[in-house]
Amino acid sequence: MESYVSHRSRLWLYILVGLVIFYLVAPSLIVIPTSFSSSRSLSFPPPDFSLRWYRGFFGEEKWLAATWVSLRVAFGTMIVATITGVAASYALHVSGFRLNNMVRATLISPLAVPSILIAIGIFFVYARIGGLLNTIPGIIFAHCVVAMPFVILTMSAGFNSYDMTQEMVARSLGANRFKAFRTVTLPQLKFSVVTSMLLAFLVSFDELIISLMISSGPVATLPRVTFATLRDDVDPTLAAASTLMLIVTTVPPLVLHIVTSRAKRKDRRHAG
Amino acid sequence: MAQAAVLQSPSGSSKTIRLEQNREALEKDKRAEARVMFHLTVPALVIVGLLMVAPIAWLLSMSFVAPDGQLSLENYRLFFAEPVYRDMFLNTFKIAFIVTVLCLLLGYPVAYLLAITPAPWSGLLMLAVLMPFWTSTLVRTFSWLIILQRNGLVNSALVGAGLVERPIPLVHNMTGTIIGMVHIMVPFLILPLYASMKAIDGNLMRAAANLGSSPAHAFARVYLPLSMPGLVAGTIMVFVMCLGFYITPALLGGGKVKMIAQRIEESLSLYATWGPAAALAVLLLLMTALCLGLSLMLVRRLTPEV
Repeated sequence: MESYVSHRSRLWLYILVGLVIFYLVAPSLIVIPTSFSSSRSLSFPPPDFSLRWYRGFFGEEKWLAATWVSLRVAFGTMIVATITGVAASYALHVSGFRLNNMVRATLISPLAVPSILIAIGIFFVYARIGGLLNTIPGIIFAHCVVAMPFVILTMSAGFNSYDMTQEMVARSLGANRFKAFRTVTLPQLKFSVVTSMLLAFLVSFDELIISLMISSGPVATLPRVTFATLRDDVDPTLAAASTLMLIVTTVPPLVLHIVTSRAKRKDRRHAG
Repeated sequence: MAQAAVLQSPSGSSKTIRLEQNREALEKDKRAEARVMFHLTVPALVIVGLLMVAPIAWLLSMSFVAPDGQLSLENYRLFFAEPVYRDMFLNTFKIAFIVTVLCLLLGYPVAYLLAITPAPWSGLLMLAVLMPFWTSTLVRTFSWLIILQRNGLVNSALVGAGLVERPIPLVHNMTGTIIGMVHIMVPFLILPLYASMKAIDGNLMRAAANLGSSPAHAFARVYLPLSMPGLVAGTIMVFVMCLGFYITPALLGGGKVKMIAQRIEESLSLYATWGPAAALAVLLLLMTALCLGLSLMLVRRLTPEV
């Protein structure tokens, strides 16, 4: 909507929004300078520059192990949630099965259910069946539950803007269904798939509440160890850990955002 | 049937039969394909069904079992009998309410500017709104701990400016919890609100101005009602998500701020009893479902018919 009110009379709005945006963006960044502090306390601004807390992070078994666990879990979640999620959204899109709506609602529902409930539910199941509590596969399956809605929603949007007759054409030319999907549909939906993978990875890498219930000891995830450390003794190693988490969770989406918007612009130019 | 009837001729009843068979076969084929395709949803359904739907159903049944193993409402009766629970509920609702109101006050202007700003700027603004979304809740909560602590940024500024004599407690209490939660929830209000504002036809505001409305009047009578669906959806979403918050109150509340989610976790980890935890879980789920249902209903009612 174009505005008919002059910028000057709207100055208060700009200032107000500027303040809110500052409130939203600035605090998250404060961990970065704090992590380079030379001081033992979490003072800001830091008195002097040093890398001692990064040396602390990379020198301590607890942090390294947790980082490695988190990366493996997030990678596993990315693979499992994306494959099962893409398969499910493809099926939901092409088949007119009468239970479709119910299936879709079920797969998206983890988004609406408070995580603490999902967490205690999974804890109960794992405590009963055994073999999955405090294991990497156990955490991966658990994280797939919360990552699933993101994959389904992203892929559904992708399939909705995709012309399915192309796959029909491929099949009428002799490709079987899987080959048609792999060679015709999938390449055109690559942005949706990459976005799904990224979201699944991030949801898992960031997940804390479920991990609190089902991951401990040698398979404690990075957020879990961070949370425990935050509760017990706060030191700037946490700032180093937080900065690394910040980089892992912020840089890839930013890169993807830039790449997709550039690709879309290119597509538009070609179309126009 | 109609097609078959048209094609029916005195000599060609066999043709009709073949057509019938053909159609039946086609439909059977379609059903078979739907079934095959449906199998592709099974792995995803098994994960979500086994790890979320089934345990929640079990929690529901567990909440009606008293400590002595008898079927009863004992776990729910505790909520009314014990002041600990009453305080915890009141606390949860109070925090959720305050956070929602603050999100509304902070989020509405941002969504509004986002909706009326032209392309390059709105993209940048959107990025600023989405950035916290991508940032770990834990990292953001930790940041607030640094900023709000006794000798943190805010307190040194306040003391330095002579506004307060000694540092005021901003964290490990309700204040810190609310500041941290609002920070996390504001984008959840902005996004649905922005979606519904984006759909408002700007000419309506111009028409109102043309008919003699002041900008403020036109906003109150035209823009605000049209943005209502997004406003209601966003507000209820924020409120509901606040009810189930765990991380922020646990870290910024300093053990003093108790909300439902923490209580559930505690009754499991400290007392190892499923009954009260299950009852609380069912209650939280029920409130979530009710709020979301209410939101759907209100949004449908408030959306102007075109």
